[in-house]
Amino acid sequence: MENTEKADRQLMLGNKAVARGLYEAGVCFISSYPGTPSTEITEEAAKYDEIYCEWAPNEKVAMESAFGASLAGRRSFCGQKHVGLNVAADPLFTMSYTGVNAGMVIGVADDAGMHSSQNEQDSRHHAIAAKVPMIEPSDSAEALEYTKLAYEISEQFDTPVLLKMCTRVAHSQSVVTPGERNVPVKTYEKNIVKYVMMPVNALKRHPIVEERTRKLVEYAETSPLNRVEMGGTEMGIITASTSYQYVKEVFGDTVSVLKLGMTNPLPEKLIRDFAAKVDKLVVVEELDPIIENHVKQLGLEVSGKDKLPMIYEFSQNLVAEALGKKAPSGIALDDVIPARPPVMCAGCPHRGMFYTLKNNKCTVLGDIGCYTLGAVAPLGAIEMTLCMGASIGAVHGFNKMLGRESEGKTVAVIGDSTFMHSGMTGLANVAYNQSNSTVIILDNSITGMTGHQQNPTTGKNLKGDPAAAVDLVALCHAIGIKRVRVADPYHLAEMEQAITEELAVDEPSVIISRRPCALLKYVKHNPPLKVDSDKCRSCKMCLKLGCPAISMKNGKACIDHTQCVGCGICGEICKFGAIVK
Amino acid sequence: METKSVMIVGVGGQGSLLASRILGNVLLSQGFAVKVSEVHGMSQRGGSVVTYVKYGDTVCSPTVEKGEADVIISFELLEAARWAGYLKKGGKIVTSTQTLDPMPVITGAASYPEGIVEKLKGMGIDVTAVDALALAESVGSAKASNVVLMGVVSKKMDFDESVWQDALNACVPEKFIEMNRKAFALGREA
Repeated sequence: MENTEKADRQLMLGNKAVARGLYEAGVCFISSYPGTPSTEITEEAAKYDEIYCEWAPNEKVAMESAFGASLAGRRSFCGQKHVGLNVAADPLFTMSYTGVNAGMVIGVADDAGMHSSQNEQDSRHHAIAAKVPMIEPSDSAEALEYTKLAYEISEQFDTPVLLKMCTRVAHSQSVVTPGERNVPVKTYEKNIVKYVMMPVNALKRHPIVEERTRKLVEYAETSPLNRVEMGGTEMGIITASTSYQYVKEVFGDTVSVLKLGMTNPLPEKLIRDFAAKVDKLVVVEELDPIIENHVKQLGLEVSGKDKLPMIYEFSQNLVAEALGKKAPSGIALDDVIPARPPVMCAGCPHRGMFYTLKNNKCTVLGDIGCYTLGAVAPLGAIEMTLCMGASIGAVHGFNKMLGRESEGKTVAVIGDSTFMHSGMTGLANVAYNQSNSTVIILDNSITGMTGHQQNPTTGKNLKGDPAAAVDLVALCHAIGIKRVRVADPYHLAEMEQAITEELAVDEPSVIISRRPCALLKYVKHNPPLKVDSDKCRSCKMCLKLGCPAISMKNGKACIDHTQCVGCGICGEICKFGAIVK
Repeated sequence: METKSVMIVGVGGQGSLLASRILGNVLLSQGFAVKVSEVHGMSQRGGSVVTYVKYGDTVCSPTVEKGEADVIISFELLEAARWAGYLKKGGKIVTSTQTLDPMPVITGAASYPEGIVEKLKGMGIDVTAVDALALAESVGSAKASNVVLMGVVSKKMDFDESVWQDALNACVPEKFIEMNRKAFALGREA
């Protein structure tokens, strides 16, 4: 048997460690919208029966719901990715004024390097602009510890607290030792001046916010979140989050480090004292020079972005080379190694729909989800992707300006979850302001890209229990769209007919392209298809689908049996009947 | 102990997360400090994916850089070639001989390099190439390729077989444990 100490040590994903921290901090309510790299916080927290957890339709609803729970006197949390915080910025900025009742923490996960995002904005700007404290762990153990501490700060300073993760902390496992759950509860008391943010009250709250920031700066000077690790004094490095790990890996104890666990507000005296102990000062931070600018404002000489990039993720080799240390190098093969970009899966229901749109030479305005991959060769169908819900707003404006020139060939494509998130209001605008636009809702019965989360259209809640399901057809009718039809993207002829007819009509229309995600466990697959090489004429028509299971081998099409799920659309487009069961 | 680095590379959907979980479990049971860096989100959709596993007395960065890896475990030949530059001098590659054409090869924009195993060996790398897919299919599922490869890797690392068996039991659902035990055994024999 292992001894107790060893058994208590667990290898834990950063996001799971946050979830554990939420559990131990006595959080009772979580409402989130999935988004890489934040999703697992809420998924893991939902495994604790003591915490009520839900997926909200979007981040704004999630944050407002978590605020309501805090108001009720229970510790609450909402989680999202960096761009999700933009959606929830409206409640955030004013919650800074109201403060909280029970502690409230807002998880935000940045994605420097854009592993799965449309931009790499730095969420620290939100903390500064909203005037709320921000805390940043650098590994799983800190993720657990800081999450608990965030609730203490929230209640002590009467403020929501931002807990910032980044891809490398969120999606790395490291060792943690879990503790016990403790549930502090507060009572709700009516307090109109504090909680009703109309001008007369907000005028009274703003000075309180400024005073709170002053007190938080004092806290930052001595908080255990900010620590000095003295080593060699030739160079002193101020750093935070995952950058701290790179600095330690490269320099160990040969430099001194000021590790900031709280990145808003930043301390002053602590930084001055640290600067006085070292010969030269360097800031190592990913993305924007926020710590660096603060240090410069203090009148200290410092380097940072003159040596290190403002773009993409850092690494130990990047930090080493930027700061004048030799990094190891490897020897690579001489061959050119073809890239392997992500692709729509074999059997993905989106493929048949994009193939049809491409064949009809449509202009496709896209949205956020797996189907963004419809922009990738050979389909190359999508021509615009901006943010959640933007496809519908964009098609409306596009058609209003180009009229007949674009109406008959331009569509918006948006997933079921994205439509519920922020597509409905765009569609209401199409109906209300009458643009002759066609919107295709890709209903694959799940939130796909983030790894299969339920949403208001699926009929299940986060726990997988039965829930009310939005009827998309009825909803579109109720919004004011008269022409709404459903088509199956596995049946190319049916999809072709739907698209050509709806583009031809002189009024707004919606096509619901309906077929569950091929990766869903309950979806039954057909046996893999085969190519009859005697019938194959090597025309490469099937390759135009961009299916990862189909390639050319020895001059003939070949289907990889480990990937093919027998969806059959390649068989539908083969003119020679060469693709067989 | 000096920090050691392992990379698990392959194509999104091939099961690298389970492989890293098994390895992480083995290392944790030996009392090491361990960090595992995973890939979630868009790259999981058929893209090139890499998982980093680092262990030792202390581990700082969770990622592995060029010239740093002691072992690369590859689920697909092109991916072994792609990441070979991350190996340190004297490092080892354990790879499946399975090939999956990436989209630029499918569309004809690029070609799949020939003779990857021979070229890697020619660079002086210790390469073990195994038809993990065929072995996995012989026990009932192509999906068990990852566990076949972990069986091969277990012979290259200095931990008792029982430690690996415990990790397998901890990481694989009861329903699939028998098949995965067979897959692991075939990997050890390969």
